[in-house]
Amino acid sequence: MADQTIIHTESLTKIYGMGEIQVKALDGVDLEIRENEFVAVMGPSGSGKSTLMNILGCLDRPTEGRYILAGEDISGLSKSQLARIRNQRIGFVFQSYNLLPNTTALENVMLPMIYNRNNGHQSAVEQKEKALAMLELVNLSDRIHHHPKELSGGQMQRVAIARALINDPVLILADEPTGNLDSKAGQEIMGLMRDLHSRGSTIVMVTHENDIAAHAQRVIHFRDGHIESDQLNGHKTPHPNLAQEANDASQ
Amino acid sequence: MHPSKVIQIAWKGLAKNKLRSLLTMLGVIIGVAAVIIMVSISAGTEKTIEEQITSLGSNLIFISQNFTRMGFGGGPGERGGETGGLVFDDAFAIADQVEGVTGVAVEQQSAETVEFGDVSLDSVEILGTTPDFPAVRDMTIAEGRYFTQQEDDRKQKVAVLGASLAEELFGDATAVGQTVNVGGVKLAVIGVLAERGMVGNVDFDMRLYTPISVVFQKFTPSMFARIMGDRVRMIYAKVDTDQVPMEDIILQIQLLLAKRHDVSLDAADFSITTQQDIISTQESTTAAFRDLLAWVAAVSLVVGGIGIMNIMLVSVTERTREIGLRQAVGATPNDIRWQFLTEALLLSLVGGLIGVLVGVGGAWLFGELGGMRTVVVPTSIVLAFASAAAVGIFFGFYPANKAAQLDPIEALRHE
Repeated sequence: MADQTIIHTESLTKIYGMGEIQVKALDGVDLEIRENEFVAVMGPSGSGKSTLMNILGCLDRPTEGRYILAGEDISGLSKSQLARIRNQRIGFVFQSYNLLPNTTALENVMLPMIYNRNNGHQSAVEQKEKALAMLELVNLSDRIHHHPKELSGGQMQRVAIARALINDPVLILADEPTGNLDSKAGQEIMGLMRDLHSRGSTIVMVTHENDIAAHAQRVIHFRDGHIESDQLNGHKTPHPNLAQEANDASQ
Repeated sequence: MHPSKVIQIAWKGLAKNKLRSLLTMLGVIIGVAAVIIMVSISAGTEKTIEEQITSLGSNLIFISQNFTRMGFGGGPGERGGETGGLVFDDAFAIADQVEGVTGVAVEQQSAETVEFGDVSLDSVEILGTTPDFPAVRDMTIAEGRYFTQQEDDRKQKVAVLGASLAEELFGDATAVGQTVNVGGVKLAVIGVLAERGMVGNVDFDMRLYTPISVVFQKFTPSMFARIMGDRVRMIYAKVDTDQVPMEDIILQIQLLLAKRHDVSLDAADFSITTQQDIISTQESTTAAFRDLLAWVAAVSLVVGGIGIMNIMLVSVTERTREIGLRQAVGATPNDIRWQFLTEALLLSLVGGLIGVLVGVGGAWLFGELGGMRTVVVPTSIVLAFASAAAVGIFFGFYPANKAAQLDPIEALRHE
């Protein structure tokens, strides 16, 4: 299982604008991310990292190139099919949490289940139990009936992480998950991310803080729509597959 | 997504903004209530008119002069008789010769000042009739009696008073046996009619009834009527349709009068109306009135729908981020469309339901307090409620579609 490819892109290109004024946000990106990798994506604004995340998250479609997510070719899917992929394959963690206001932590966590067409076998009770388990995983068992406005930023982000995990995604996409948090809460969230990673999750995280990126195994730098550098974090144990890949590349 | 889940989400969406939801529904509430109340009022009016017309006397045929066909300056000699109009004898001819006619009454009217003691009433309607009148017009005698054929023949100066007229002249005192001064002529009061009320715009209770021969002799009604000689305004024929069909009776009367007046049926100087004709005429008038009211109410329903659309558009804009998030976690365009369409539908259905309650309650209140007769028409409830639902779907579709077509990336970025 460990050598399964989660993300595979071939000359992924995204062009914005029409006619004469065209912007190449992504310019032929080839990327391979395997199961249980923890990847940080960095780069200045306009470098294409947000565009990449949108495409990886199936929120957007590439202009050219192919994207294969966990063996499924995403490139030609319709809006509804993409919604299904987002629902069942991907967990999103946003900078601004994006919890529904006036809705309890538990209900927020259960939100993706509403749109899951594959959980018909689960009873309402089972679904709730699963959501409670996810909240326990992020240490919020004592806050299940709290509304977002009654929670701290760190707690809200933890609810969002529990929500991202609820449909057992193959990929967690985190877009500056600590961007709105103070450093203490930020470290807590990163601790949680590492926990998830150690439990087998595959995580791709956008950040522009080096100390946040330091928590990842692998750091990819973007510039002008293509990969500028793709390195393993020195002080981390390299992932065996990555080490193998690196060896292959050097030979 | 399961429909019950969709409804649950939509309901929560509305419950978050209770005041706004209520205000949005107000348009539909007013629209639906208006339809029901308006229709109930016109149905009530229609029913009242129908009852009044029926109470004019059942199985009546009205034979009136057709003024457009009738010449002036009138005796039979001058114009060969064909323009003579209805005369007194026509009534007797009808009574004698037409099969199925059970009674005939004629009418000629005038207006005089009626005095008794200190009381003086101007322009009281003096109605000259024949003894059959109470029977033909279903009038009941409250006190005394109506005049007889003999009194009519002898031009006896007697009067029968309408209920209100008797009360205004005599108060609580007994009217029968008194003598009233009618335009300088003294008439003996021999009877008072039971209260009858307004029929159309005629107050039956403020009239003085006297033999038609007296009206001809004493109260040459008006310059117009003076020229007319013994012509009558109207002949009422009471018929029994059990033996002879209405069409046959009408045809007999037409032929008889055409022969008597020496005119062809195409150029008749009289016209015949049955009670059913009057009811139908009234019904078509009130139906037009009701339709107008219903249209006005329907317009307010449409305005209510536009209110829903307006608020739903605001709601979609306000909740753009929420929509983006729902899309990100897996809501398909259809899921989003259904969510907002359901919200609009819920608004209009709940509004419609409240509108039905307000409408039925309002119709009842109008009847109780407004002194208006109202009849709640079930089809108007169904129609108004169905229209509300249709309005919800129609005006909810555009905002819902707009929400469904939002780009998740843009939506998530929306502040």
